[in-house]
Parts: sequence; structure tokens; C-alpha cells
Amino acid sequence: MSGRVEFLQGNEACAEGAIAAGCRFFAGYPITPSTEIAERMSERLPEVGGVYVQMEDEIGSLAAVIGASWAGVKAMTATSGPGFSLMQEHMSFAAMTETPCVVVNVQRGGPSTGQPTKASQSDVMQARWGGHGDYEVVALAPSTVQEMYDLTVECFNWAERLRVPAVLLADEVVGHMRERVILREDVETVDRELPEEGEEVREPFPLEPDDLVPPMPVFGRGHRVHVTGLTHDERGYPATDDPEVHRRLVRRLCNKVRKRARRIHESVGYDLIERESDLALVAYGGCARTVLEAAEELNATVFRPRVIHPFDPDLVRRLLDGYEVLVVEMNLGQYVEMIERALDAECVHALEYPGGYPPTPERVIEEAERLQG
Amino acid sequence: MNWRDLIRWERMPHILCPGCGNGTILNVLVRALAEKFEAGELDPDRTVLVSGIGCSSRLPGYVRLDSLHTTHGRPLAFATGLKLANPDLEIIVLTGDGDAAAIGGNHLIHAARRNLDVTVICSNNLIYGMTGGQVSPTTPEGAKSTTTPYGNPEPPFDLCELVMGAGAPHVERWTTAHPQQLKRAIHRALERDGFSFIDVLSQCPTNYGRRNDLKSPREMLEWLRENTSTKDEPGKIRIGILRDEERKPFHERVHELIEEVSGDEEGG
Ligand SMILES: Cc1ncc(C[n+]2csc(CCOP(=O)(O)OP(=O)(O)O)c2C)c(N)n1
Ligand code: SF4
Repeated sequence: MSGRVEFLQGNEACAEGAIAAGCRFFAGYPITPSTEIAERMSERLPEVGGVYVQMEDEIGSLAAVIGASWAGVKAMTATSGPGFSLMQEHMSFAAMTETPCVVVNVQRGGPSTGQPTKASQSDVMQARWGGHGDYEVVALAPSTVQEMYDLTVECFNWAERLRVPAVLLADEVVGHMRERVILREDVETVDRELPEEGEEVREPFPLEPDDLVPPMPVFGRGHRVHVTGLTHDERGYPATDDPEVHRRLVRRLCNKVRKRARRIHESVGYDLIERESDLALVAYGGCARTVLEAAEELNATVFRPRVIHPFDPDLVRRLLDGYEVLVVEMNLGQYVEMIERALDAECVHALEYPGGYPPTPERVIEEAERLQG
Repeated sequence: MNWRDLIRWERMPHILCPGCGNGTILNVLVRALAEKFEAGELDPDRTVLVSGIGCSSRLPGYVRLDSLHTTHGRPLAFATGLKLANPDLEIIVLTGDGDAAAIGGNHLIHAARRNLDVTVICSNNLIYGMTGGQVSPTTPEGAKSTTTPYGNPEPPFDLCELVMGAGAPHVERWTTAHPQQLKRAIHRALERDGFSFIDVLSQCPTNYGRRNDLKSPREMLEWLRENTSTKDEPGKIRIGILRDEERKPFHERVHELIEEVSGDEEGG
């Protein structure tokens, strides 16, 4: 890993990761605990020739990001709970129009205004299906400041590869913590595939393109495409009454993500520390930090996914079948539901820990001992 | 270029009702655009239509240009991203009174305040057409709609006053009974750098006329002719050029700033 070593806050590292990934447009609306991302972007983007704009709300922020993406520029927004809720209509629109974009959600406690300055992981389900309709996104959860940098890059790359909105599902713990980070110079960046400039694109949304992802005819290059959030045929034209067109479209929107679940997990990576034990702990994001400590103390196996969506039940089965599994998360049970569907539900237990702080290692150990008791 | 080359004929017949004012707006728009393209003043490959949701917002789908049919009320927010990310694009936003002034009111005033360089054509038919005739923020007081069966108790917005109050430098109001004037207004709007707003009073015979004693599209057009004036006349709606000023557009200020900052970076 070559690059500049710095001591940064997670949110600052996220902004740096975005710039390294090629992000040149940011639209946002301030909200704790994500605001430092907007502040850093407002300073850094003009330095690299990029555009920063503070919009009138989060609905407009994601709209502007999607607009920038159709102008051919990599674009991002950052927010937290209430703002993420406001963005959902456009998460759905981005999924339907296959617009690459990155949405950072530095999670805080909810419902509603909840705990503005405290950590939470209660938007795990909203990240996937918070908008209306059948769609899939990519969502990655960083556990360190380094991962705030690296996984922001990954979000851009998967957004560009699959033409989907990608969510960096961070939380206040990793957003606000300061750590050493290497601002890597050798990051691999991916750019969306483009049609030949100047060519009219008559079928911008083929029903079964190679790899399920069609090239993106961005505006201003002579492609003359119509892009709509209505159910559309391969020409991009509204076709709202044909059940088969709708079925094939939404199936492709989901399958282009679902069918790559294994590849995404393998490429983004996960932590698996196997120990001689019947017990496996599962945790992600900021909460995983204390869980890793507890696992060591307990001499238990521990699994830390970085990819939250798409879920890969086969991978989880392969890694965790046969264990008593304890899922630890800062909510009242969200990721655990997916684990339950992959494994024998009787072997899956949860330490549900909302309130604003991750559980201490002692609290995790206590729960594990109670389970094994 | 002939305006016929700008129509996606394979999409005909369109979804508009017979006698709908949106047909006139589409007609006038493609003619104005064809003239601009023909004169070499605009590049069709760099001209983009953006719209929200509503009958009026369906128009871009019939025009053979790049077009983005977005969500209800938000086309100006999408246009903000498009224009800032690629200032070479010429952007025309098609919207309705509900789209622009109810759900999209916030984006409307902020786009006007920023002086976003777009041409906004608002098909103002005083009603929610697409959803079947509910009251809108421009429905006259007392008028009937499916959600004001006893008459509208609310006062309406004057959209031109609204955007002028927010800082829009170029504002005109015309009607679908004034197609020639409307075409010239679109020409002017395309020529202006900055936020141009054209409020087009339009007829929705299906969902407004029918419930408000205007029995046919023809009657509605007559009403529009008789009740509007290019002069300040009592009892008449003022049409014409309401403001035509110059103000530096948003994207120019943003990109000047970027040049300044990135130039400093390279220099230092
Ligand atoms: C978020 C959201 N709310 C409501 C609707 C339903 N809806 C569709 S069009 C419309 C009103 C359209 O009225 P207007 O903008 O005046 O356009 P018109 O159809 O009259 O041209 C509404 C309420 C929607 N599509 N999205
Ligand atoms: S409902 Fe009204 S606005 Fe919509 S197409 Fe029919 S006449 Fe036009």
C-alpha cells in the first residue's frame, strides 16, 4: 500500500476516498454526524476541479447527484437518518434509471430525530429497501477510518460497474473516530462503460444485456435517449401496462446485484478469524471493533462482513454452519434476520444494542457466557 | 432542421386528451427548437429536456433529444446537477403548476435564487391533470375540483411574482391562445443566460374546464384570450414580458471559483 499517511477523522477519510475514486460532484445538506464529509468536500472538490453544491434539502441533494451522474460525472452525497429517509424516493429512482451514485449514511439513532450525535446501525434494512419497489443496492459497512477511505472507493467502483446507487453504511463511531489512515495512491478505479460518442442509442435499456448491465448513454454525447422512472421498454419508453416488460425489468435490476453477491463479497473482502470454539460472533461497522476484542477474549470465531447488501446466504452457510452464532448490532435486530434465513434459526442469537454506543467487550462476553451457560 | 425530425413518431399517438393545452406547448417548443438548431444557435446533441411528473411532464418523451423524466416536483434539482456537472448543456425544464409550485416549490425558489441557467416552461392549467383534477396551488379561489367540490377556499399563487420575488431575472407569462408570442418567448428564454421562467396558462378541458363551466377547449381558449392582457388592465391577468434583466448564472460563478482555487493549487 503506497500513499500518504495521515491522522484523520472517518468522515474526512471518506471524503478523501471519494476524491481518490474520481468523485467530482457533491450535493448535500448538513446533518450530524455526517456534516464533516460535506465540509471536507466543499474544500477539496474545487481544488481538483470538482463541483460542490449545498442543496435546499436531501431530496434535492440526491436529485442533483443523479443529474450530475447523467452528465457523466461521478457523484456523491452524504447524510444521516432523517436525511436518508428523505432520499428514499431518489434511491428508488436511481435504481430504476440505473444511475451510478454513492450515498453515505453515517447512521445515528432513530426513529425520527432520535440521537443526532450518537451511533446506531438501525438503517440496515432501509438501506436496501427504504425506497418503493423491487430493487437492490450495494451497501458496505466500514469498521475503521482506513475502511472509510477504502470502502468509499469500493462504493464508487461497484456503483459504476453495476449502474446502481451504492450506500456507504457508516455510523457515528467510525464517522467521528480519528485514526491513522493511508490515503492510498494506487487505488483501482472503475468507470462506467459508455456507448460510442455521437451514436444514437436506440436501445439504451436492453432487456437482457451482457452481464445484465447495459452501457450508460450519458447526456450531451449525441445518444438522444429518454430516461424515465416509469417502467420502460428497451427503448427507454414508458411501457407501464405490459406485465412482462415490468417483470423482466425489475428482475434484471435485482439480478444484476443478487447474482454477483459472491463476487462482491470476495472482492470487497470480509474478516473471518476461526478459533477452536462452538461460538461464532458476527458484527459489522463501528460495532465490530469491540466484538473483535470480545471474540479474542472468549476464544470464539468471529465473522465481520464488509458487504451488508447484497447478502450472500451461501457464504454465511459455508463459514458459520455448525456454530452457535451471536450477532451483535446497534439496533433491535436487522442484520440478524438475514443470518437467520441463511442458518438454522435456532442456532442464531442476537445482542441487540441500541442506545448510541457499541456494547463494551465485557457486555458482549457476558452475553456469550449467558448463551453458553 | 425541420421540427418533424425532432418528434419520436414511433411513440405516437401521445397520451394527451383531445384539446389539451400541452399539445400546443409541445408544438411550439419543437418549432422553436428546430429554428434554433437550424440557425446553428443551439446544438441538438447538447440540448436536454428535464421534467417532473404530470401530463405536462410527459412532453420530453416525445422529443428526440436527451431527456430525463424525473420525480414529482424535482426536475429543477436534477437540472442543477446536470448543469453544474456539464455547463455546456442547454437545459429546458418542463413542469406543471402542481409539479413546480406545490411539491416542487422549494426547488423552484432556490433555482431562481441561484440563477440556475435553465429555461423553465410551466404548463399552468390550474389543476392536477394527471391524477384526475384535484386542486392545485394555482387553482382560482372558488373553483371546483375533485377535492374542492364546494369551491376552492384557498387563494392561488401567482407563479411569476413568486419566482421574481426569489430573484429570477427573466420572467414571462403567455397562454396557449398565444402560440406565436409563446414561441418568441421560448427563443428569448433560450438566448438568456440564467433562470428563465415562462408561465404558460394552459387548458385542461378534461379535468378543469368540465367542472368550471368551460365546456370545450375552444371555450377555454376564448376565456384565456379575453381574460388576459399585455397591459395592466383591471380584472385581467397580465401577460407578456414581466422581467428581463441580466444576472450572472450560477454555474459561471461556481466554475470561476473552481478555476481560482484549482489554479492556486497548481501554482502553489
Ligand atoms: C411524490 C408523488 N406524489 C404524488 C404523485 C401523484 N401525482 C402525479 S402527477 C400529480 C399532479 C400533477 O399536476 P401538475 O404538476 O399540475 O401537472 P399536470 O398533470 O396538470 O400537467 C400528482 C399529484 C406522484 N407521482 N409522486
Ligand atoms: S388530463 Fe388535462 S392536462 Fe392531462 S392530458 Fe388531459 S386535458 Fe391535458
